[in-house]
Amino acid sequence: MTTLEIKDLQVSVATDDGAKEILKGVTLTIKDGETHAIMGPNGSGKSTLAYSVAGHPKYDVTGGSVTLDGEDVLAMSVDERARAGLFLAMQYPVEVPGVSVSNFLRTAKTALDGEAPKLRTWVKDVNAALEQLNLDPTFGTRNVNEGFSGGEKKRHEIAQLELLNPKMAILDETDSGLDIDALKVVSAGVNRFREQEGKGVLLITHYTRILRYIEPDFVHVFVDGRIAEQGGPELADALEAEGYDKYIKASIGG
Amino acid sequence: MGLEVTSHLHPVGSFDLSDHPVPTGREEVWRFTPLKRLKGLHDGAALTGDGIDLKVEAPEGVNVARVDVADSGRGRSGFVPTDRVSARVWDATTGVFTVDVPADTELAEPVVVSLTGQGGDEAVAGQLLVTVGSHSSATVVARFQGSATFADNVEFVVGDGARLTYVTIQDWDDDAVHHSTQRAVVGRDASLKHVAVTFGGDVVRHDVTATYDGSGGSVEMLGLYFADAGQHIEHRLFVDHNEPKTSSNVLYKGALQGQGAHTVWIGNVLIRKEAEGIETYEENRNLVLSDGCQADSVPNLEIETGEIEGAGHASATARFDDEQLFYLRSRGVGEKEARRLVVHGFFTDLIRKIGVPEIEESLTSTVEAELAKNVLEGVF
Repeated sequence: MTTLEIKDLQVSVATDDGAKEILKGVTLTIKDGETHAIMGPNGSGKSTLAYSVAGHPKYDVTGGSVTLDGEDVLAMSVDERARAGLFLAMQYPVEVPGVSVSNFLRTAKTALDGEAPKLRTWVKDVNAALEQLNLDPTFGTRNVNEGFSGGEKKRHEIAQLELLNPKMAILDETDSGLDIDALKVVSAGVNRFREQEGKGVLLITHYTRILRYIEPDFVHVFVDGRIAEQGGPELADALEAEGYDKYIKASIGG
Repeated sequence: MGLEVTSHLHPVGSFDLSDHPVPTGREEVWRFTPLKRLKGLHDGAALTGDGIDLKVEAPEGVNVARVDVADSGRGRSGFVPTDRVSARVWDATTGVFTVDVPADTELAEPVVVSLTGQGGDEAVAGQLLVTVGSHSSATVVARFQGSATFADNVEFVVGDGARLTYVTIQDWDDDAVHHSTQRAVVGRDASLKHVAVTFGGDVVRHDVTATYDGSGGSVEMLGLYFADAGQHIEHRLFVDHNEPKTSSNVLYKGALQGQGAHTVWIGNVLIRKEAEGIETYEENRNLVLSDGCQADSVPNLEIETGEIEGAGHASATARFDDEQLFYLRSRGVGEKEARRLVVHGFFTDLIRKIGVPEIEESLTSTVEAELAKNVLEGVF
């Protein structure tokens, strides 16, 4: 059993005009076997939620709690969170010059397992993961995210998801900037991951498009740092038809 | 008196020591250097010491010898002292260490010159002249270690169509002072790869000039330095494009850690009127690993003709990139290991360009050792 429990989470960032509150009390529980989609307009705080749970230093948690199987995630360092079973597929993966993909993957796997992976099976696993995401075998020799196309960056994120195999995956706009073929490849990777026992997915997206390939169990509409509405997959269809306007108006009105 | 110098990119030299007054530190070429720590090399310290052991490993086909100044052919690179230290070395030395590769010779192995300071009180002066005959190819490695106060003049004469790789490794003890003035002349269609690696020493100041003798020559200058607390490492580079269709490419990368670590990189390039069709690029990158460090980086480009292929430079000095560290750590990699990866990655492309396998391997482990001093001890 795996449960990620976010309770009344409040987060602010430092700006030139002082601290600005982005998340204004978010409560969300994700259990294993579940896929939750968070949808919302730009600037609603979707990415802030993802990065705060992963522990990015830019975000200052001012209230609330995050636990993974009862353990206090907010008390953990960034790498401890990953070792506890959290994974964040980033919207803008970062270039690490001079560090090859294969070195990076091996280092990460070693850190997560506490021991180096067995060379023979590991090389096979890496090649298989790259191939499934339509990444060339020479991809491993390239420097992490350096000179990658937008699609390659996202496929590399999902290859990591499959190889590092966390308990709980947060996917931050993994679909943005992908053409339809790449979107299918990436979605297939996410589906392979979540078909396993004991995995949870928090899928953050601006568009409903990816939800045709990765069907969520729950949909949450995020507006102005709060969850404005929740429902099943049918909520996504309503958003597709009507957009976010009514929520934004409600929020301004309130 | 002093010489009338209009621009430090048009230096005027002289063999007469009296033309080189003791620098005050206000001169453009001395303004970054801690003169007080030069142990009098720039002033009047006797250069009569002999406290440096020299060992040479040389393959077949190269002549290595100590030759009296009169018979040495020194100055063949066009070397004329432009500062007091090199003028004093020129004055004080009685011999020149020469490495001579005849024409049409391919050396199978590098020539390795190991110089080990014995820690004597007296300053030591040295001269090295490397000549590579036309259409020959050679690699020369100079490795400095131990403790010394040392000033040297180094000349390279690369014949037409010849290739020389010169690697100088400053792995000195913490109290060493090393001032080096180097000048290369690169023949028609010849190439020089000059690699400077500096880890050790209290003050290390290298002043390297490259010029051309004929069209089509190429110069690559690579540098890797790692300054710890209190260290001053200064590289002053000057590529004088005095011939058409020549090229130069300069890449220096450094890391700094600890209180008072100071690095200086000056990248001067002059494109003379006659140097049509040349191409030049120079780049310096510094990675600041802790508080209390200073990295000075000054690229200078003086262009006297617009009829060129290209000219550019870049300089950047940055701290650890928090986003890189976050990305690595979000994959479970611990903070120290993430920092180690980033620093390794920073130097990797440069190390790969050196092209001397023995050196590349040992450099990777030296970088590791430098990191162990600080990054892995959790100073951050």
